[in-house]
Amino acid sequence: MSAYSTIAFKPERCNGCNECMTACASTKGSSDNADSRIQIMACEDGYELAMCRQCADPKCVAVCPAAALAKDEGVGTIAWDGSKCVGCLLCTVGCAYGGIVHNARAGHVVKCDTCDGDPACVKACDQGALRFITSARIYNEVGDLEDLFVPGLAACQGCNTELIMRHTMRRIGPNTVLATPPGCIPGSGAVGYNGLTGSKFPVFHPLLTNTASMLTGIKRHYKRQGREVTAMALAGDGGTSDVGFQSLSGAAERGEEILFICVDNEGYMNTGMQRSSCTPYGAWTSTTPVGEHSQGKSQDAKNVPLLMMMHNCAYVATASTGFMEDLYAKLDRAHEASKRGFAYLHIYSPCTTGWRFPSQDNIAVARLAVETNAVMLWEFTPDSGVRLTRPVDNARPLSEYLETQGKYRHLSPEQTAHIEAMLEKNVAMIKKLAEPGTPPVCAR
Amino acid sequence: MTEMQTVDYLVAGASHAALSALEAIRMHDPAGSVAVLAREDHLPYSPTVLPYVVSGRSKPETVALKPAAYFAQNNIAILAGRALTRVDAATKRVHFANGEAMAYGKLLLATGAAPIVPPIPGLGEVKFHVLRTLADATRLHAALPKARAAVVLGAGLIGMHAAENLAKTGASVTVVEMQAQVLPGYFDAAASQIIASVFAANGVRLRLGSRVEKLAASSQGCTLTLADGSCIDADLLLVATGVAPVIDYLEGSGIATERGILVDDSMRTSVADIYAAGDVAQARGFYGGKPLVGGILPDAVEQGRIAGMAMAGDPATPAYPGSVPLNSYAFFGQQALSVGSQSEGELACQVTDAGTNQYLKIVMRDNRLTGIFGINRPFDPGIMWQLILRRTDLGAVRDQFIANPRETARQLMSQLWR
Repeated sequence: MSAYSTIAFKPERCNGCNECMTACASTKGSSDNADSRIQIMACEDGYELAMCRQCADPKCVAVCPAAALAKDEGVGTIAWDGSKCVGCLLCTVGCAYGGIVHNARAGHVVKCDTCDGDPACVKACDQGALRFITSARIYNEVGDLEDLFVPGLAACQGCNTELIMRHTMRRIGPNTVLATPPGCIPGSGAVGYNGLTGSKFPVFHPLLTNTASMLTGIKRHYKRQGREVTAMALAGDGGTSDVGFQSLSGAAERGEEILFICVDNEGYMNTGMQRSSCTPYGAWTSTTPVGEHSQGKSQDAKNVPLLMMMHNCAYVATASTGFMEDLYAKLDRAHEASKRGFAYLHIYSPCTTGWRFPSQDNIAVARLAVETNAVMLWEFTPDSGVRLTRPVDNARPLSEYLETQGKYRHLSPEQTAHIEAMLEKNVAMIKKLAEPGTPPVCAR
Repeated sequence: MTEMQTVDYLVAGASHAALSALEAIRMHDPAGSVAVLAREDHLPYSPTVLPYVVSGRSKPETVALKPAAYFAQNNIAILAGRALTRVDAATKRVHFANGEAMAYGKLLLATGAAPIVPPIPGLGEVKFHVLRTLADATRLHAALPKARAAVVLGAGLIGMHAAENLAKTGASVTVVEMQAQVLPGYFDAAASQIIASVFAANGVRLRLGSRVEKLAASSQGCTLTLADGSCIDADLLLVATGVAPVIDYLEGSGIATERGILVDDSMRTSVADIYAAGDVAQARGFYGGKPLVGGILPDAVEQGRIAGMAMAGDPATPAYPGSVPLNSYAFFGQQALSVGSQSEGELACQVTDAGTNQYLKIVMRDNRLTGIFGINRPFDPGIMWQLILRRTDLGAVRDQFIANPRETARQLMSQLWR
């Protein structure tokens, strides 16, 4: 079964300009918006939409007596065959969405065909109310690749890090030696338990301090043998930014051909939710408690991806499971760069247990982090500098993100103001770095 | 004697209800063995397409609802030319006309309906057509060019479709209907009047409120004598006076029947592990009252899906909400739609424009839609069906709905089940 690209509608962004309808009608040879296969309806409190949903279990197809409608298993649209249609209109009885209607001008039923995967309505929408979501492509591309971790890893319910591990290794492939220092990843059983391994490829468990050093040796050994093997780390933010940082910095400075991925859940969540240097200001952790003398962490977080950029690595990027197309593109580029030099990928991983939010909300929290600019998605190469891969211009209020998590529940107005001010500075700096004409980072 | 074939799921019938059930079974149980019994030696097709085979718009070789590959991919065996003669619930076996038998785990009866041939004196002695099978349709299609004077008995959907196609070939056509209007049950007198006038304008003679007294063979074909004493000569006669569920093979099975096979809201019959769906089933009516034989295609799809889910033990099986009359009817380039009941509720709006063949009628009860009917007045019948099933309160938008049902219903759809 395939996943398909789809047209998505965000009514809150629609301004009723009807350009989408004009574009659709015109593509189908009409100057009358009534002939559009997408219909926007103005209501008292906004806009509503009627169009074909390209259903997975399409009723229009099931009720067609002439086999004139069929779901295209390749692209997912419901295709209408004029040579078979008998004009009985039963499809309009089956469809509960007003997605297929009799068109008097055409003399037969008409429906959205997504313009063969390049919908005119979406191109005509300058409000971002209509989007053509193509992320299904990823699932089709990697869905058949083998999951390289065993089932039944003991991660918490709703763990984002487990998603990152599985997606990452599926893409990078088994021709890899993985280092995963103490943290949630080995803690979930990825390195093995009871004499069995948790992965289907070589994995080892370095110390918190020496991950990048050990990978250096392993990579050089294989190079000497003439074998092309990916030397890769999946490390937590503690193992990356605290005691792991000196070996990481050294390997980056030497330009070792390593793919180092930091899975940032903003603390030592595996051992009881202690603070790390990646824990943000104001956050509750078990070592930055909320009580009479302490109101969460009193220092700001270290911006590790920026520090890595300043090492002038072959590739540095930030990513989020809330935006999988972006994440996959960066995995590919990081993997490629690690064949030439040091590649560093920083993936944010909201933690249901340590951040205290319901386990089903993980991806929603990850998305909100990006949509509020609490997390910015960018990438860096020495040649092209910094590029925002998913710029957020109309950011949602930061409070929407903070309110999702128990670890920020105690924040005073002053603390919130501090976080907002720091966010503003960070956004300004990254945007400045991403401006065209900004001199690229330069090694001394 | 060879070992008797046994399947986990046996589906008797090969049209919409059966196919819908197969989809639902395979959705939940990819492994269980499944067989379909097709009465004819043809891939599953819809009886609804037959009038279009008659007209030539559909070709018999392209009407299959699913290609052979579909059944192979889903590991579903199609057994063609198998008509049931007996169901033995005690041993969980079905018997065929050719003497063979088959054992089942779960059985779906989706054997559809067959034309009723009325007991008119002389009908047995003349040649006439009916329209139930693809072979019937091909025969009638071949007879069209030769027909000069055609008579259709019955002004239901099949009869009216055929009359239109006959008229388009240039034959003189007469439709004889016992009731006082065409398409009784779907449209009221006013709407039927518009439809009848379009037929009349296209040269079709409608003898409404007329009964055929007797028939006799003649040199060209036959002569009909009506109750008023008038006679009509015909060289082609089509009997389309309605259909009845095919349940003759159930004698002695213990399965409760009235007009059709009685089923509960999971499409279960009175006998364990036997289900029924589609035109053969007699199920809950949406508006209450006695269970009824709906004979409605979208309903057959719904019933088949529920039956398949229940047979496979799918925990998401919904309860059947009840049959709502539904119809779409295109004739001489005009479109008629009928959703819901004419009588369950009070008239909220009725607009007739005979000049432009436009008609709209809305029936409501307690500000909830119970029926909407239109000719050349477009609305989305699928959305209206949902509004009826959901008993959506239209109190806040009543005037808007009456003024512009299509737009208002689309807004409600987008708000309520987008």
